[in-house]
Amino acid sequence: MSESTHAEDIQAHVKVYIKVFGALAILTVVTVGVGYLHLPIWPALIVALLIASVKGGLVGGFFMHLSSEKKVIFYVLLVTATFLLAMFVIFISALHDQVGGHLVP
Amino acid sequence: MDIPYTVSVRPDTGVYNAKLGIWLFIASEVMLFGGLFSAYVFLRTGAPVWPGMMGGEMYVRASDILSVPMATLNTMVLIASSVTMVMAWASLMMDDFGKFRRYMSLTILLSFVFLIVKGFEYNAKFSHGLYPSESTFLAIYFTLTGLHAIHVIGGIIVNSYLLGPGSKLWKTKPKQFTNRIEIAGLYWHFVDLVWIFLFPTIYLL
Repeated sequence: MSESTHAEDIQAHVKVYIKVFGALAILTVVTVGVGYLHLPIWPALIVALLIASVKGGLVGGFFMHLSSEKKVIFYVLLVTATFLLAMFVIFISALHDQVGGHLVP
Repeated sequence: MDIPYTVSVRPDTGVYNAKLGIWLFIASEVMLFGGLFSAYVFLRTGAPVWPGMMGGEMYVRASDILSVPMATLNTMVLIASSVTMVMAWASLMMDDFGKFRRYMSLTILLSFVFLIVKGFEYNAKFSHGLYPSESTFLAIYFTLTGLHAIHVIGGIIVNSYLLGPGSKLWKTKPKQFTNRIEIAGLYWHFVDLVWIFLFPTIYLL
């Protein structure tokens, strides 16, 4: 790859970073807007986490270069996600293991 | 003796060592924050009213006691700092050290803005006698946001070193220095990522 092509590639990346910034800013405004709708907890939770996941995907995919990363990094992320899920399952299981359906103080 | 694979790619992993290292560190951080998020869900599910009684008043929404505009501003500030951080790395990739210095300085400046806004938020609580010991909500709020703020401070320290004394490496080993900025950037973007989930969870739900 020639030096000029390399520089052009990075320039193209820079344009994408600016677009991603715009998308993140818009999604932040949407998050706040949805928050002020005062939806019931479950729809509010789903919408909030959905928007946060899209924002997270943009940060991970473009700023952290996951869109063009090597396999080994995805293996690390897969193991992390598995352990995180296992931890959540343990917590959720504990929530169902309560006296009278409520947490014991 | 030189540390191996700081620039060249390690054949068995396909990445340079520091990159795998930072991703493993980020993996451990995911578990740390994931554990605290789980604690938040656990505490919230168990509470009869959330956020509940604080300072003699009953609150039914987090946005009634926390400043959503301030947190929104901080979200924008942190997102902007992520952009300046990645631009700092892109500047080095284009051999423009001057631009790198400007973008890195801006990243550090934005990090301080984030902490100052957070300081105002904390002060507003403390001035009303609302400490972590006041309620379960405030306990988890200060724990999560406090831990995140510590990570921001960590990022400021690393980025300031790379802008100051650490930048000497650019003259002797530019590729290795560029990789260090990429690594610092990965950490910084993760700090941004945590806030992206913290903000709606704590302030808006």
